[in-house]
Amino acid sequence: MAKITLSHLKHSYEPQPKGPEDYALQEINLDWEDGGAYALLGPSGCGKSTLLNIISGLLIPSEGQILFDDQNVTALSPDQRNIAQVFQFPVIYDTMTVYDNLAFPLRNRGVEETKVNKRVLEIAAMLEVEDILKRRASGLSPDNKQKISMGRGLVRDDVNVVMFDEPLTVIDPHLKWKLRSKLKELHHRVNATMIYVTHDQTEALTFADRVVVMDEGQVVQIGTPVELFERPEHTFVGHFIGSPGMNIIPCMIEGGAAKFMDQIIDLEGPIKSGSSTNCEIGIRPEFISFGESSLRGTVKKVSDIGRHKVVEVMLGDHKIAGIVEDIAPEKGENIGVIFQKNQTRVYRDGWLVTEKAG
Amino acid sequence: MQKRNIVSILYILFLLLPIYWLVAMSFKTTNEILAGFSLFPQTWTLENYKTIFTDPTWYWGYINSIIYVSLNTVISVCVALPAAYAFSRYRFLGDKTLFFWLLTNRMAPAAVFALPFFQLYSSVSLFDTHIAVALAHCLFNIPLAVWILEGFMGSVPKELDETAYVDGYSFLRFFTTIFIPTIKAGVGVAAFFCFMFSWVELLLAKTLTAVAAKPIAAVMTKTASSAGYELGLLAAAGTLTIIPGAIVIYFVRNYIAKGFAMGRV
Amino acid sequence: MRAHNQKAWIFVLPVLLLVAFNALIPIMTVVNYSVQETFGDNVFFWQGLDWFEQLLRSDRFHAALGRQFLFTGLILLIEIPLGVAVALSMPRKGIWVPVCLVTMALPMLIPWNVVGAMWNIFTLPEIGLLGYFFNNVLGVSYDMTQDPLAAWITIVTMDVWHWTSLVVLLSYAGLVSIPDDYYRAARIDGASNFAVFRYIQLPKMKTVLTIAILLRFMDSFNIYTEPFVLTGGGPGNSTTLLSIDLVKIALGQFDLGPAAAMSLIYFAITLLVSWVFYSVMNNQSDEVE
Repeated sequence: MAKITLSHLKHSYEPQPKGPEDYALQEINLDWEDGGAYALLGPSGCGKSTLLNIISGLLIPSEGQILFDDQNVTALSPDQRNIAQVFQFPVIYDTMTVYDNLAFPLRNRGVEETKVNKRVLEIAAMLEVEDILKRRASGLSPDNKQKISMGRGLVRDDVNVVMFDEPLTVIDPHLKWKLRSKLKELHHRVNATMIYVTHDQTEALTFADRVVVMDEGQVVQIGTPVELFERPEHTFVGHFIGSPGMNIIPCMIEGGAAKFMDQIIDLEGPIKSGSSTNCEIGIRPEFISFGESSLRGTVKKVSDIGRHKVVEVMLGDHKIAGIVEDIAPEKGENIGVIFQKNQTRVYRDGWLVTEKAG
Repeated sequence: MQKRNIVSILYILFLLLPIYWLVAMSFKTTNEILAGFSLFPQTWTLENYKTIFTDPTWYWGYINSIIYVSLNTVISVCVALPAAYAFSRYRFLGDKTLFFWLLTNRMAPAAVFALPFFQLYSSVSLFDTHIAVALAHCLFNIPLAVWILEGFMGSVPKELDETAYVDGYSFLRFFTTIFIPTIKAGVGVAAFFCFMFSWVELLLAKTLTAVAAKPIAAVMTKTASSAGYELGLLAAAGTLTIIPGAIVIYFVRNYIAKGFAMGRV
Repeated sequence: MRAHNQKAWIFVLPVLLLVAFNALIPIMTVVNYSVQETFGDNVFFWQGLDWFEQLLRSDRFHAALGRQFLFTGLILLIEIPLGVAVALSMPRKGIWVPVCLVTMALPMLIPWNVVGAMWNIFTLPEIGLLGYFFNNVLGVSYDMTQDPLAAWITIVTMDVWHWTSLVVLLSYAGLVSIPDDYYRAARIDGASNFAVFRYIQLPKMKTVLTIAILLRFMDSFNIYTEPFVLTGGGPGNSTTLLSIDLVKIALGQFDLGPAAAMSLIYFAITLLVSWVFYSVMNNQSDEVE
């Protein structure tokens, strides 16, 4: 268990990086609390695997430092950092039994056999794999193999942090939720810092206490799942999280108010001053309703998701989506769109610039 | 280059040493060779090479070899393609047995076939022809080509075939314009192995030829066994036989590791 | 799933005809000869299994067979571990990879008689590079035309030189197919280099190694040209391997009956061992699937 600090961390795969576009990771300063369950969320190529490999020691960053409990571990190799990592594709030793697979990291460190036995049985019970302990690892199903990969990571009791790199990718969908809840359970039992890398928001939001959202090598926002949903600090977060994501429409700032289609839109609070004119309004579909309004548009499409319906409306040239529970407007109908005031925000250059009123 | 690579470096040096010696000797005069040991040619001479390029017995040896090797490669790959397709796409009566039987031919000792081939090809008046050697080598090359091609074909999804039929391609057009280009790496590998085996084989090539289609290998052994053991000339002839091989490897260098696994790894 | 389609026989017909022509007719001839005796003029007398009995009791055959097994055994014992070791020590990426692969493939593309001739020139006692080295630099007497041990060492070394690359290339292909994550996980698990070899690399190379062993067994068991050109089977008959002996009897002495019987037994042994390897290989690939 350890607190992890990333200080001025930057990484480029090029030997002589010239500009920001050569960097896979822009500057990152981050603290990961001891024992926390974190998700590292972002689209493919955003740098999350790079960051993960730097934390685990498989990659040495081109600039910056990593500290475990205030000790500089930047130059240490993976096995010196006492970390565990679970990969996307199950990595197990085919020729060994499940028992030997789980015992492997302990035996390599010279732990004596009785302790190994105790620990392996403990982990096997936690993962519910006791019945296959004697079986050869090669013939198992992918989800069992992944469980064993996880087990190998957890079997050492001095582990500082356990990292998961999109571990559920090869698992069948109906088994995914089972493993997901198992992971949450494991976190409570083992109480180690866990970092879960994924591009799937459902996985991130269900597993983590706090989510780190990344895009193009930058940390865009850190917060609890609720915070990310309710108050995205960046249009990327708003757009990426939620299904469908946040509606983003361009607006003009005139006299401290936001105008869209020549109408003043009520916001959650005052707009911070700034120079850029690249402004957008962000509002989630969940906070849009239909009825009497000066803002009018034509219904383009209604999709029935089951629990609710998604209504797509054209406001001028812009498409926005709203969610209704029961009765939805008809396609082609001209209706009024109402934005819930305290959930309507302005973003400048992608970043949140409205402050909460009051 | 790290410490770890030392074994492969030593191995490569080991491989190059006899080749260096052969090449060095090809530039020495016979006198110098027999007089004693010299690491490097003292008197450089191109005499040996000149002999080979001007004496018909010698250069025809090379030409004959190239002729039957090319014939064999073309024949083997051409007949192996449809057969490999059948094995990879269809199940038919006796297919597993047939496949295994084909492979057993590859396992046969050439020595067993020396005398029978001699009699067989003589009886159909094909003795001492290029086509005889080309056909004889088919015994070993066709199974190999089928095995390699079948491995590559296995990784092409059947959907490709089905899409082509839906699009209205006749089988022949599909096979030649779509399928074969898809597995062209496999065709290259199969052709490479056919060339390789046919080029290097001596026993059958020598047994089935006398004068008209005499391969270079036979010319060399004849020279070696007759009186007047001209080592320099032999070395030059040998050095020249390495060149086609080197050229071929250069062209397939990207497929070598892939090909040796025959698409089955 | 493959469709049942008897029409597929048309596709295999050309192959079938060519191979049958080359295989069945000769084999039938050989079988024919193996049970008959002739004194020339195409007159044959039925011998039954006499040739076979004679052969299986013949000291000459036992000796040749023994030498052959010894040779093949030595070859496998040296080439397989050496090939794997070289593959392990080869670079995985970068410009040196194709250079290494091309250089290593070169010995396999040299006509077999040239290989024999090359090693002949290389080991001549006074004027060959290796021969000079042993006799004049190391002071060890080395002459393969006189000394059976020297002859054996030479033919084994020659074959190692000639064919180890096959094992290297196959093993290398197996090695590079291992995903990087396995090595990463092993580093995190604190595994030693030997553990990585034993638990990750070796298991993943099992298929290719089986192919390599099968091919090397077959080809070294059937070898003819290289040792023949190098030593002619001598000194005496100390390096007369099975093929060399067979050709001597068949093409040299034209002893059709004994040659035919020997051919069949020879072929049978090769087939048997190869079939064992082939089944093992198929079982393995079934396991993986």
